[in-house]
Amino acid sequence: MSATNQNPTLTPARKRKLWTIRGHLNHREFWFFAAVGMIVPFIGWWLMANSGMTDKVFLPGPMDVLTRIYHWYEDDDLMGDAWISIYRVTVGFLLSAILAVPLGVMIGTYRPMQALFEPLTDFIRYMPAVAFIPLVMLWVGIDEGSKIAIIWIGTFFQMVLMVAEDIRRVPMAQIEAAQTMGAGGEEIVAMVILQSAKPALLDTMRITMGWAWTYLVVAEMVAANSGLGYAILKAQRFLQTDKIFAGIILIGLIGLIMDQLFRFAHRKSFPWLYNK
Amino acid sequence: MDNKIQINSAGKIFTTDKQDVVALQDVNLSVGANEFITFVGASGCGKSTLLRCIGGLETLSSGEITVNGRAVQGPGVDRAMVFQNYSLYPWLSVVDNIKFSRRLKVNREGATSAEVEVASGRADALLSLMGLAHAAKAYPNQLSGGMQQRVAIARALLPKPEILLMDEPFGALDAQTREVMHDLILHLFNLEKTTIVFVTHDVEEAIYLGQRVVLMAPRPGRIDTIYEVPLPDKRDQEMKLSPEFIALKKEILTRIRETSGMHTDKDLLERMTRQAEDSEAV
Repeated sequence: MSATNQNPTLTPARKRKLWTIRGHLNHREFWFFAAVGMIVPFIGWWLMANSGMTDKVFLPGPMDVLTRIYHWYEDDDLMGDAWISIYRVTVGFLLSAILAVPLGVMIGTYRPMQALFEPLTDFIRYMPAVAFIPLVMLWVGIDEGSKIAIIWIGTFFQMVLMVAEDIRRVPMAQIEAAQTMGAGGEEIVAMVILQSAKPALLDTMRITMGWAWTYLVVAEMVAANSGLGYAILKAQRFLQTDKIFAGIILIGLIGLIMDQLFRFAHRKSFPWLYNK
Repeated sequence: MDNKIQINSAGKIFTTDKQDVVALQDVNLSVGANEFITFVGASGCGKSTLLRCIGGLETLSSGEITVNGRAVQGPGVDRAMVFQNYSLYPWLSVVDNIKFSRRLKVNREGATSAEVEVASGRADALLSLMGLAHAAKAYPNQLSGGMQQRVAIARALLPKPEILLMDEPFGALDAQTREVMHDLILHLFNLEKTTIVFVTHDVEEAIYLGQRVVLMAPRPGRIDTIYEVPLPDKRDQEMKLSPEFIALKKEILTRIRETSGMHTDKDLLERMTRQAEDSEAV
């Protein structure tokens, strides 16, 4: 091409390379790759299950699982199992959040609070929540309280530390600016620190919600007679592998929906982060 | 000239686990009402620490700072501060950032509706003065760095502070934007009749803005020399090319180099060069 190209607008757009470090994808390319990533494992599963190489008892096909979900829904009270699980997760998670957010805010704001609570919290969070199950059953009993208590133990201590870290990430200049404008301690916490940390806090809630689901399944497999986790355990006893698959997939789906709800709330609540 | 700020044998020691660092030693200075004074110096000379002590964000280890004759005990609404960056509230629009101080208890208690109205009018006036009127509803992250600093300055000026403390406010801006901001801040200075204490690492900026330039030296942080700027109060960009300006700039730059302790690095460089030559000879 000569250096005196009179019509550069007619030059066709250069082909972008997809595989560059930290490169970009447009919407259509993104969805193409996302679809491939979702569909290929599914097809692989379907092929594997139908090849005759594996026994249905060990690896049911996608259709078996779908049929099982349908029957579970029609005859076996799927919605009841799902609702009781969602209820336990939500209550356990909310009880964690109600206590963890104020405590985390104090730990992240005041050094004595940090020295008082952080080493202890750090210690407890390394204790496996599952190992508390016998104690919880002893103390709380075997009704709803025990499942919620296990979810609480599993999420609360992690949540406190993450909230404290979110609070500590608030830029000092934002706090000092308020101080020089004459703001008092309570005003700074309420009008600057909390406002500034809100988006990070909601992300922390989204992530800990995922952990709450993990502990729910643990609790239901050990000490319950209802819920999705219990259904999975019962299916194992009757060698209903398709129901185990169904239970796992359903928990994954509910988790995905909750995660998306959190992301949606994030976009709606913090418009300033998204309209650059 | 009345003394607005009086600094008497101010000292500041930062204590760390390993050692004590003397950030300020025996600093004495008077700043007059409606004076524009600038601080320069090599890094570690304590210029920002001194500013933060005047603002009440740090406390002195010895000596005292008085404002209007009263000792500084902490931050106060008489002293507003502008930071280098990250001080705006990204969740508030430009106009809400500027009006932030109105929502604080110190300004709400005892405020009459007439006062609130005046303050609201002042917010609008500052918006247009700063060239921000069209961006009033925008969020800070939609603005350029220069615009963001305009918002920060407007926010600091809203409660009509007697003293404006500026900590390298234009340090993160490009050269062209910085020149525009210089003329804007001089314009504001003439309009608002505040006292401005301005810390910078840019000697040209210090001379162009200041009526006096205070040169500080590190280890221990102290005042080295105070220069009167031989320029008329009404400044314009052309003056940066005047012989007086250039001579003063040269003088200050030389003194910064002398006080910064850079000569030790020069020795090291010479030794390294010699070593390299020796090893090549082998």
